[in-house]
Amino acid sequence: MSQSFDDISAQLKGRHRRSARLKWISMGSLGLAGLFLVLFFADMLNKGLPAFQQAYVQVELDYNEDAQRMGRAAMDREIAPLVSRSFERLIPGMIRDNPDLLGTTEQRWVLANSEVDQYLKGHRNQLNEAEQAAIDELVDSGQVALKFNTTFFTNGDSKMAERAGILSAVVGTILTMLVTLAIAFPIGVMTALYLEEFAPDNRLTQLIEININNLAAIPSILFGLLGLAIFINFFGVPRSSPLVGGMTLALMTLPVIIIATRTALRSVPDSIRHAAFGVGCSRWQVVRDHVLPLAMPGIMTGSIIGLAQAMGETAPLIIVGMVAFIPDVSASFTQAATVLPAQVFTWAGEPERAFVEKTAGGILVLLSILIFLNATAVILRKKFERRW
Amino acid sequence: MNMHVDERRPAPMSGHERSRHESSSQEAGQPVTRNPHAGHELSIRIRDLSLWYGESQALNKLNIDIFQKNVTALIGPSGCGKSTFLRCLNRMNDLIPGVRLEGLVEMDGRDVNAAKMDEVALRKRVGMVFQKPNPFPKSIFENVAYAPRMHDLVSRKAEQDELVEHALREAGLWNEVKDKLHQPGTSLSGGQQQRLCIARAIAVQPDVILMDEPTSALDPISTATIEDLMDKLKKQFTIITVTHNMQQAARVADYTAFFHLGEIIEYNDTRTMFSNPHTKKAEDYITGRYG
Repeated sequence: MSQSFDDISAQLKGRHRRSARLKWISMGSLGLAGLFLVLFFADMLNKGLPAFQQAYVQVELDYNEDAQRMGRAAMDREIAPLVSRSFERLIPGMIRDNPDLLGTTEQRWVLANSEVDQYLKGHRNQLNEAEQAAIDELVDSGQVALKFNTTFFTNGDSKMAERAGILSAVVGTILTMLVTLAIAFPIGVMTALYLEEFAPDNRLTQLIEININNLAAIPSILFGLLGLAIFINFFGVPRSSPLVGGMTLALMTLPVIIIATRTALRSVPDSIRHAAFGVGCSRWQVVRDHVLPLAMPGIMTGSIIGLAQAMGETAPLIIVGMVAFIPDVSASFTQAATVLPAQVFTWAGEPERAFVEKTAGGILVLLSILIFLNATAVILRKKFERRW
Repeated sequence: MNMHVDERRPAPMSGHERSRHESSSQEAGQPVTRNPHAGHELSIRIRDLSLWYGESQALNKLNIDIFQKNVTALIGPSGCGKSTFLRCLNRMNDLIPGVRLEGLVEMDGRDVNAAKMDEVALRKRVGMVFQKPNPFPKSIFENVAYAPRMHDLVSRKAEQDELVEHALREAGLWNEVKDKLHQPGTSLSGGQQQRLCIARAIAVQPDVILMDEPTSALDPISTATIEDLMDKLKKQFTIITVTHNMQQAARVADYTAFFHLGEIIEYNDTRTMFSNPHTKKAEDYITGRYG
């Protein structure tokens, strides 16, 4: 019995309706994801961008005898409460270092304290009405203003919000990532090369393979415990240091790099290997001269993404002591340091209102670096993509 | 033993018949070696070669002599073991896990499967051209220059340039690529890529070139070019080619071996094979009764 077109169309109606529904549901979920992303970025930018501006006060500094002992004495009694205490403390030292200053006066823009800063940005603060009115007057006369916040990029952490900066965390992140890369990249690539190109396919290698895949799914805080138990307690690596942090994160990044490298190696067609074997290459020459160059873009992409993942990691670093108040920029791999996400975590726990924008500002810096890294990965992949 | 011995040509050998008489004959493979055609020297001697992929046997006690500076074609239906056999000659089967091999593959009086034989040295003397053109994703120049440099065949830059030009000329590709030597090898057409692969094989200066269905991915014009090339190259090299195309075997080969289910049913000079095959199976295959 053959069906007429009308019969078939009647059946098809329901099918078309179902596929249309599925299409709308999937478009809806994509839209929802996009909406969350936009909301997240808008909120971060809204909260974080003010962190890149800071209130500054113009003061007349009078380097008199009293200022040698107490910085506050150098300033006008009315203006002094607006100035950051961190600057007041510097004045005696300035005079000590440069005795010629004594007896002179100077006009200078200095950091305001965080209450003034928050008031100017329209946030909650602890100033009374008289103080607010006084500040308004100074703003009108151009003696108090918001300026670009260089302190945020040139200082380490501080308990005074106006002085707290991100430099120590950035340097700590760079040092930690160098350690991670130096350990995880060669070990990861070599492991993948062995498993993919040299190892026989037997029970043992299958077991290793399964365990590497499982390793990628282990909660990251366990790597922190491992780092504490082995690197700090057993090998005596200094705690809180970029060295121990980098080693711990390297453990976490290893499976990511191994898996990415194996995928990249597997995507190199066998015809290239056969061609190389056919002209009399040894196994190592095949890998070095033909397979590895072709797999390199994939390896780089995977490694960068693994590194970006490690860079955003906080949990394992809590255990090895890198989530801490670190005001000084660490100068070596063994000094105490902190990293960007840990700095964000520390700031998020501060009670002062001014640290909220620091937190968001820190997140913006971290996100920019991660976006930059991921973009690099995408560009590398596009640039070296080859067809054969 | 019912052997068909031709006076002018090396004796054909019927593996089929041979295996029937195996138990009664100690000298099963002998006729082939005893009567080489004048001027046709032995290149590779294969005796009782069997091969298993895991449990399944792919080759069953093959006996065949390959002669120097000739084209030998291996024909037969799909899955008959001709490509597997070809890969035994430069030990490419080593790359496949679970392959087990018995018997003798002898070249220059040496067993190529012996523990002392380095497969790299073997592949230097036995080059290979594959079914699908597979130039390295490097420049045309590098495709040819890479292997000679690796084998220390050239030391100076000038020598290298000379060798590349020589190999490309031999492969009939020089005039087409001499102005774009530094473009990627993969930018060439399929036929040109295959000739580049031949140039790459020639550049290593091998004795034998194995070709695994070298024209099956090519158009008829490129195929004709490659066939002419094989005819030219056999003056210098021993060529063993696998082909699905019986007309091609008839056109280019001096000797033809007919494979069926992992055995060599008949090995004969090509003219005899196609005009007067000695076995029923070969005749049926050649006349198109199956295939």
